[in-house]
Amino acid sequence: MTIERDPAPQFVEFSNPERLVTAGWLDERLDTPGLVIVESDEDVLLYETGHIRGAVKIDWHTDLNDPVTRDYIDGEAFAELMSRSGISRDTTVVIYGDKTNWWAAYALWVFTLFGHDDVRLLDGGRAKWESDGREYTLDVPTPAPTEYPIVERNDSTIRAFRDDVLTHLGNPLIDVRSPEEYSGERTTAPAYPEEGALRAGHIPSAQSVPWSQAVAEDGTFRPLSELNDIYRTGAGLKDGDDIVAYCRIGERSSHTWFVLNYLMGFENVRNYDGSWTEWGSLVAVPIAIGTEPGEVPSR
Amino acid sequence: MSEPQIPNQLAEIRDDFLGLQLRDRLQLLLEFSNELPELPERYRDHPDLFERVEECQSPVFIFIEVDNDTVHMFATAPPEAPTTRGFASILAQGLSGLSTQEVLELSDDFPQSLGLAKAVSPLRLRGMTGMLARAKRQIRLKSIT
Repeated sequence: MTIERDPAPQFVEFSNPERLVTAGWLDERLDTPGLVIVESDEDVLLYETGHIRGAVKIDWHTDLNDPVTRDYIDGEAFAELMSRSGISRDTTVVIYGDKTNWWAAYALWVFTLFGHDDVRLLDGGRAKWESDGREYTLDVPTPAPTEYPIVERNDSTIRAFRDDVLTHLGNPLIDVRSPEEYSGERTTAPAYPEEGALRAGHIPSAQSVPWSQAVAEDGTFRPLSELNDIYRTGAGLKDGDDIVAYCRIGERSSHTWFVLNYLMGFENVRNYDGSWTEWGSLVAVPIAIGTEPGEVPSR
Repeated sequence: MSEPQIPNQLAEIRDDFLGLQLRDRLQLLLEFSNELPELPERYRDHPDLFERVEECQSPVFIFIEVDNDTVHMFATAPPEAPTTRGFASILAQGLSGLSTQEVLELSDDFPQSLGLAKAVSPLRLRGMTGMLARAKRQIRLKSIT
């Protein structure tokens, strides 16, 4: 790791404290060589209204998703994106964004698919930066292109596909969507656009743990004891579990993936990015409705 | 393929977007976002009149006023949702002053003609399509009574 980690005491108890930085730590290091700040938002124009000085923008729709196939970009496109963002393979990347880092966590997860080693989240994202009264700028940096190697995505360890989920049934599944989506009252988060799932409900046996439970009022992550209450006591997760998290298109569950993997230390956590927009439209897969997880289907 | 006739003020907005590179189209959308007019005094304390656009990810509310067959569109959206504000502003500027018939005859695909799909992604653009559909529905309701 090229840049020292943030020694903030609230991170020490997490399994991977080096994955988080505080706003204060970042504010003191805006011009540090070897550090690149990335903003990743739900709203594609938010960066243009003001961002952390020196930050580059990476958009999940227009940069990280393949424009044709429903998939992420390939190694070549990622290398090109990194190059024009001024990121080298050994750069420390700090990602932040709106909506309590939904899309920042999603971007971080995609960086991890490509094995980028040192990628961290700004705890609390834009909201915390703003409530601290820290500054934004309108200046868009023009980074010098880097030589980023072409690395193929590794989809085998932190990403689950639909067939993986089918064979996974019987192991812990975490549904991080809203209670209304889980029970089957609706297929999208309240106040979110319809994205085309034909059935409502959840994957049978999935525990409902809405992603937002992991964050406190100010948008920063909750302390470990509270996370333990939510995910271990509440959802029954145990050390050694093989866990799959999903949501609607994989963005909110990236956030939960981050929590389970880097804060709580679960070693086998995968994000099912096909999520409900895929499962809810697949032919003949089992679905449960209502507020109960439902039985593991027999195969 | 022949271009359907659309009212001048909408054609100007469309041509302004199409005349720009992708990156600059986002900047123009931001300018629209910044130009979304404040609600006039008489509507400020009437959230009941406004309809939520469910197709948008961010809270945006629109209200159509029909006065002597002339359409006025008002909208509110928070500053932290500049894309949605931009969409609302394009429609508020593009539809206000037109006759009800002109708006109702406007293609539902007008948002797709602005060259924004690649800049903001087709999924996000759906929000503007939803906004236009709701504006038209409000006009239909208000034209009957």
